[in-house]
Amino acid sequence: MFAARLSRQLKAARTLRSARRISTTSARQSDALFVHRDTTYNNPKIAFEFNPDNLKRAEEIISRYPPQYRKAAVIPLLDLGQRQNKGWTSISVMNYVAKLLEMPPMRVYEVATFYTMFNREPIGEHFVQVCTTTPCMLRGAYDILDTVCKDLGGIKPGETTKDGKFTVIEVECQGACSNAPMLVVGDDFYEDLTPETTKKVLEAFRKGEKPKPGPQSGRLTSENSAGLTALTSKPPGPGEFCTPEFS
Amino acid sequence: MFRAASSTSTVARPFRAKLRRTFATVQDPPVRRYGGLKDQDRIFTNAYCRHDHGLKGAQSRGDWHRTKDILLKGDSWIIQTIKDSGLRGRGGAGFPSGLKWSFMNKPGWEKDPRPRYLVVNADEGEPGTCKDREILRGDPHKLIEGCLVAGRAMNASAAYIYIRGEFYQEASHVQQAITEAYKAGLLGKNACGSGYAFDVYLHRGAGAYICGEETALIESLEGKQGKPRLKPPFPADVGLFGCPTTVANVETVAVAPTICRRGAPWFAGFGRARNQGTKLFCISGHVNNPCVVEEEMSIPLKDLIEKHCGGVVGGWDNLLGIIPGGSSVPVLPIKMCEEVLMDYDSLKDAQSGLGTGAVIVMNKSTDIVAAIARFAHFYKHESCGQCTPCREGTTWMMNMMDRFVEGRGHQREIDMLLELTKQIEGRTICALGDAAAWPIQGLMRHFRPEVEKRIATFRAETGPVLFGGRMKSDTDPTLALPDNLGANLPEFPPPSLQA
Repeated sequence: MFAARLSRQLKAARTLRSARRISTTSARQSDALFVHRDTTYNNPKIAFEFNPDNLKRAEEIISRYPPQYRKAAVIPLLDLGQRQNKGWTSISVMNYVAKLLEMPPMRVYEVATFYTMFNREPIGEHFVQVCTTTPCMLRGAYDILDTVCKDLGGIKPGETTKDGKFTVIEVECQGACSNAPMLVVGDDFYEDLTPETTKKVLEAFRKGEKPKPGPQSGRLTSENSAGLTALTSKPPGPGEFCTPEFS
Repeated sequence: MFRAASSTSTVARPFRAKLRRTFATVQDPPVRRYGGLKDQDRIFTNAYCRHDHGLKGAQSRGDWHRTKDILLKGDSWIIQTIKDSGLRGRGGAGFPSGLKWSFMNKPGWEKDPRPRYLVVNADEGEPGTCKDREILRGDPHKLIEGCLVAGRAMNASAAYIYIRGEFYQEASHVQQAITEAYKAGLLGKNACGSGYAFDVYLHRGAGAYICGEETALIESLEGKQGKPRLKPPFPADVGLFGCPTTVANVETVAVAPTICRRGAPWFAGFGRARNQGTKLFCISGHVNNPCVVEEEMSIPLKDLIEKHCGGVVGGWDNLLGIIPGGSSVPVLPIKMCEEVLMDYDSLKDAQSGLGTGAVIVMNKSTDIVAAIARFAHFYKHESCGQCTPCREGTTWMMNMMDRFVEGRGHQREIDMLLELTKQIEGRTICALGDAAAWPIQGLMRHFRPEVEKRIATFRAETGPVLFGGRMKSDTDPTLALPDNLGANLPEFPPPSLQA
């Protein structure tokens, strides 16, 4: 009797993944690990320092904030460090920024784990981010994501291609909803995509070219693609239509 | 609810009554139709980046025209002008801007030695919203001039523009505008030659939707995690770096100089009372030509879509529902879409909201449950994790919505989900919890039969489902099941499916 019940329970557990037993560990709630583990490519012994150009930029950024609030510059400086460090923020970058801003390293780690634009793992040369939030989803963003994944050799979102050229991730709204669906490569938005134009964009990057950012459908920005419905006339000049005081 | 009267119904009385009218009879006032803004009244004249976004181009379009005179008018004049213009915050909450700015000038503010800040919220992340982007890349000088004018109104010493990290091109346009303005002497120790010292700084974020909340934005600007602060103290008392601060949306700040120059009555002449002005609307989703367009407030939603976007894909009758103000507001079904006007009050009466003016159109090809479930994913991803109801609740809502997409749920779970949304709403520090709850409430308000149908279909195909998505067939019949799993409830179809 007991054996029969046990075997049935095992079978049930195998068929139904959604039911977790108390004895099993909790499901992973996030898409990234929030603790640092020393690895060969990411440990505090690897030296990192801003190059002279970036140091000058960093000084300029720090000067924007009150002197007693140097730490306000932590996000721009981490971004600068990430750009210098091939697109990802290693523990050395964080430690260096902490030293530069005279703040406890833990406060920098907190920031680096909170904001999604800091990659704490190495990424490929081209960082492809496909937006799949509802406005893009309505215009077929999941087709674009599938196209990108298939075009790059069947990788899954979050993975890097074997040659280290592309990393693909799924991201939340990037703020180009009237130009949906869209993807971001590095800093540039590629909008109004179809599976065909997506392939073209990726192909160009593969060849080492940089395709023209913006809408790929031929329109310039976010105007009505069938012809302008607004702003067709010459913009008014200084003082036009103003009150007599300011004309 | 305010109905948009069609042209045939301008006279409300029956025809015979009209014939009997004499000269002494008072006529009905003509019904005003909103919309149809002329190009000359559009504030953001370079929204489509057709012209030069640099200083020269901006000046030829009327920016920085006699800014010195505006500054010399003084703080109370600017605030009164903004108050008279009826401008309400364009970031979503719709708080009257003149009133908000006046909080900075409390009696005795001159004795406060602390610096004072204006923070511009350019962390545009609400799904559906892409209006500030057009201002930032097309008309950055309007924003910079707006910072100076709004800063003068609240006697601020500096402005920080917090722009989302993803907007790289936009940030470079704004930085270029700031540099040009400093070089031309429009900013700095003697801004525009008025003797007023004012600085503008750019700060790039790093990808967190929550930083669009005003206190989270302040935290983030201080170099911390973007977790909202408790209010009070309000930012106008203790804000950025512990100093008086006002956070305002890009659009609100950028329209200020034009309002000052053209006069408050001009701006107040658009839209219905208490909803005056012009507004950038961004339309996305299932329309033939999605676009961003500046229109008069109170334009009927249907007109906006037919006129500027080439209509709904498949025709108006193919419409399923519209989210009129970005992901945080409840969806409206087609019947209400025909009637509502795009302003704060009309949409509030329709139990939705204007939000940021981001219209997300969904036609009948949409899986509405999946669309709202995707929003639940978004809020789960973007919850900062500070307040328990939001941190845990967004995950629960996401899991339940995911099950409802395929119908794997119990009919009674719909009410459980609604109860859950009510327990999140209003119990968190910031409005993200509310924003996560509202789309689901809107879905259940207008599309509950659809969800019930899915649950019934799934049940018919695969057998009874327990609370939490487990199949009854997967339970062990040799063990007793607790009653709270919903396995032994009486079976009856939901009201919408009862014949």
